[in-house]
Amino acid sequence: MKIIVCIKQVPNTNEVKIDPVKGTLIREGVPSIINPDDLSGIEAALQIKDQCKDVHIAVITMGPPQADVALREALAMGCDEAYLVSDRAFAGADTWATSATLAGTIKYLGYDLIITGRQAIDGDTAQVGPQIAEHLGIPNISYAEEIEVGEDHIVVKRQYEDRYQRIQAKLPALITALTELNQPRYMSVGGIVDAYEKKEVKTLTYADLDVFIDPANIGLKGSPTRVKKSFTKAPKGKGVVHQVSEDEAVEIIIEKLKEHYIV
Amino acid sequence: MSKDVLVFCEQRDGKLQKVSLELLGEGRKLADSLNQKLVALLLGHETANMHQSLLNHGACEVIYVDAPILKDYMTEPYTKAMTAVLKEHDFDIVLIGATAIGRDLAPRVACRVRTGLTADCTQLEIDSETKNLLMTRPAFGGNILATIICPEHRPQMASIRPGVMIAREQEENTTGEITRFEVPFEAADQNVTILETVMASKKSADITEAKVLVSGGRGTGKENFATLGKLADLLGGQVSASRASVDAGYASKDRQVGQTGKTVRPKLYMACGISGAIQHLAGMEESELIIAINKTPSAPIFDVADVGIVGDMHKILPKLITKLERISINAS
Repeated sequence: MKIIVCIKQVPNTNEVKIDPVKGTLIREGVPSIINPDDLSGIEAALQIKDQCKDVHIAVITMGPPQADVALREALAMGCDEAYLVSDRAFAGADTWATSATLAGTIKYLGYDLIITGRQAIDGDTAQVGPQIAEHLGIPNISYAEEIEVGEDHIVVKRQYEDRYQRIQAKLPALITALTELNQPRYMSVGGIVDAYEKKEVKTLTYADLDVFIDPANIGLKGSPTRVKKSFTKAPKGKGVVHQVSEDEAVEIIIEKLKEHYIV
Repeated sequence: MSKDVLVFCEQRDGKLQKVSLELLGEGRKLADSLNQKLVALLLGHETANMHQSLLNHGACEVIYVDAPILKDYMTEPYTKAMTAVLKEHDFDIVLIGATAIGRDLAPRVACRVRTGLTADCTQLEIDSETKNLLMTRPAFGGNILATIICPEHRPQMASIRPGVMIAREQEENTTGEITRFEVPFEAADQNVTILETVMASKKSADITEAKVLVSGGRGTGKENFATLGKLADLLGGQVSASRASVDAGYASKDRQVGQTGKTVRPKLYMACGISGAIQHLAGMEESELIIAINKTPSAPIFDVADVGIVGDMHKILPKLITKLERISINAS
């Protein structure tokens, strides 16, 4: 079975800070990580490989050359192959064009099962997974909490806000993984050595993939949406902060609750 | 030419979801400002009981597709039905709730009709010059907002975060067209099988419906969530939680407020021992009244709180509870 895992290298948004004067993002010194949902996707693929025979895992990412580090990390965790999809022609892509590019890459590589993270913590769209499946014309099961693999099918525990379902699909299919799915393993020391010395990260450009990708569907040109502007939120008018005794604090809270007719 | 605004109205088990009514409220505003019609799309099986409610909440017309295969949500049959309606009508704007269903369905539909889709929007507006839809959404974990446009493709599609838009006051017996739309389903459209559906435990509360939320953070500690529960009962509210306290196992995931949890706007949000990470603030800062208790004077929660108390919640809350109990006894 061939599993393709799609990952994205993202800035650790928990550590992004806002410049209070300029009101812009301070990205300097913010570490890049494998997107957390994607890391669970890698772990899910590795667990399938641990349990079943003849499983081959290829991890792919679309991004700039720096994303090499993220792919090496996936190799060090135990993935078999890594591909960096990188070309100026792919730049500026929205989810439509990104998914078209990744779907083309996946067709080029061949696949039985595709695992993506639910959403990336920088963009938070959760659109690329289902859209890859749409481009490939295969079923997708979103929000996976558990995955079982059979001979020619998968059973996924799919999360909703108010319920979960067990859903079965025939392969090939695509799953989007939640961090609740598992606890990703660490890279082993031997794995890290192998990732840099024995295994390689292959770069794929538009020229490698042109049979599988329509040039009208990639990059900024192939993207129906545009970012018109981005901005930081105007801070809400700050209220009053009291440093008082506990009894006074209780009085202040009760007064406020009365003022708002809550008590 | 593209015209009219379509709202995908989500139902589960024959019940309209709250987000659908919120989107009808917002969709009607957009339609009115464009001099267009607001159309509600309802997919399901035997849904006639919901049609009037859609008109009462602002729809000018209801289009519904009724088929057994649409009874429970499945990606492919829903995508096929919605795509068929979009191809027939050429809408200007399409709105979908950013729920576990909407965020699965919307990307597939947008891809199939080859148009743009903006995820999880929190604000919509019409550009007065171009008449394009301006779709604003948080990114980078809520650190920034981005306004997205879809200038050359129609419909302009957006998924909208639940709890953000406001439903209209319901009117009674509003008239409007109700149209059945036929979709020729085939056996192959059902490409997955639902083996089992398990509802979340009844104990779980919908924190987005609560008028008062008493919310605990990492600083609360597991035992003290019971104290929050007592306070919430006295104020007629529910207990909610920060991501840190959910991760620590103090509260269940369905009570989580924030970027990866739920967006709430209660009358009172009481943050106890919550420092106020940006992801948390994104989910609660629209609350009418915010009271925060935290030991750390520099905690970011104080930036959005109407009333901030620097102090120990473990000491303040028991006193507050005693006082409130006395008030409620005097009142009764």
